Amino acid sequence: MSGEPRCLQISPIRNGTVIDHITPGEAFNVLRILGITGTTEERLSVATNVVSRKSERKDIVKIENRELRKQEVDRIALIAPNATINIIRNYLVCDKKGVEIPEILRGVIRCPNPGCITNTREPVQSRFEVTAKGLHCLYCDWYLTEDIAGHII
Amino acid sequence: MRHIISIKDFEKRDIETLLDRAEAIDAGTYDRHALDDRILGVLFFEPSTRTRMSFEAAMARLGGTSIDMGGVEASSVVKGETLADTIRVVSGYADAIVLRHPKEGAARLAAEFSSVPVLNAGDGAGQHPSQTLIDLYTIRQAMPLDRIDVGLLGDLRYGRTAHSLAYALTEFNVTIHTLAPQSLEMPPNVMEGLKDRGVEVVRHDDIEEFTASLDVMYVTRIQRERFPDTASYYAVASSYRVTPELLERAREQMIVLHPLPRVDEIDPGVDALPHARYFEQARNGIPIRMALLLGVIG
Repeated sequence: MSGEPRCLQISPIRNGTVIDHITPGEAFNVLRILGITGTTEERLSVATNVVSRKSERKDIVKIENRELRKQEVDRIALIAPNATINIIRNYLVCDKKGVEIPEILRGVIRCPNPGCITNTREPVQSRFEVTAKGLHCLYCDWYLTEDIAGHII
Repeated sequence: MRHIISIKDFEKRDIETLLDRAEAIDAGTYDRHALDDRILGVLFFEPSTRTRMSFEAAMARLGGTSIDMGGVEASSVVKGETLADTIRVVSGYADAIVLRHPKEGAARLAAEFSSVPVLNAGDGAGQHPSQTLIDLYTIRQAMPLDRIDVGLLGDLRYGRTAHSLAYALTEFNVTIHTLAPQSLEMPPNVMEGLKDRGVEVVRHDDIEEFTASLDVMYVTRIQRERFPDTASYYAVASSYRVTPELLERAREQMIVLHPLPRVDEIDPGVDALPHARYFEQARNGIPIRMALLLGVIG
């Protein structure tokens, strides 16, 4: 045990979501995915590079008065596959779950192929299959293997 | 309802069944009224001569008729209509739709919005399944599709016919050879896909050695518009010219294919040689497309 005093780095929230065990350095991408900018009104806390028992470091995001939708969780899973989502009601964790990358991602990723039909104004969402080699566009057959965070819609 | 979107959707057995059907059609064994009262919607968002005309001719030979949206400039596309809406409307008029479109994945999108079968006649640098079936049919007329060396020459980066053929060949016991200018080599994702399917791909940089290794030489046009200037285009294009002299190094039974149109990549002197099969290949568009139409709306 270190000699540092033990204290809470982020205060508890009454209602909302705590996203824990985010891959270090990805907290700001999580905020971007959730559409949280400097002008949004949610009260939020962000901690980066927090010492963790499970892994050496982690990021944490706490958002007051907001419960995440499935599509938001899918997006977070892509950049933080070990994250856990805790739903807080009246200061109690009422639901705790890990994130899971779905087999098919709909409307989550923008296809990197500029010639792909999904990058036009057609009324379709992008559709990617998650494979061991990367994300496979089910329209144009391209593979996205790097900078996945940069292609999240 | 069966759509024809990608050659990857075909297994070896499907390909062989279709080629057998085309062979029977070629021999005159088909019902000339099989598609009486059937209508083919022809939607070409890009210029094409052979593909469009051969689909229309195939439809006519089976007793059917075609309706054509005309050029893009004369259609509702100029008013800003989406492909999805065009497809929804035309699938109310026709029994099948043949689609050529500059965007990759357009045919798959069209299939989602269509109430009738969609046949992909080329989408961007993506897929051109009916051309691939024509290529396979032309090869099979000359030799079995197993235990052969097939060489792909020219623009292997953007050439959808080369990608599509390479994928189809993975269903057979074939060695693929490639030769392309450095800037136009087969894209890594296609190479990776071929490797995953267990096919051997041999890359060459010497055209004489490449030519001597083959049973089939598949030549594609090097597209002038990909080069920054005319001089650099000619520097590359002239290094890959197939000539009668080059073919003296070829195996006796080797055949030369080209999806056409050709520009300078095959010397007209090759046309008279027994190796040249590209005009037969173009003619084979009719039985193959008849077989496809019978398969989806017959």
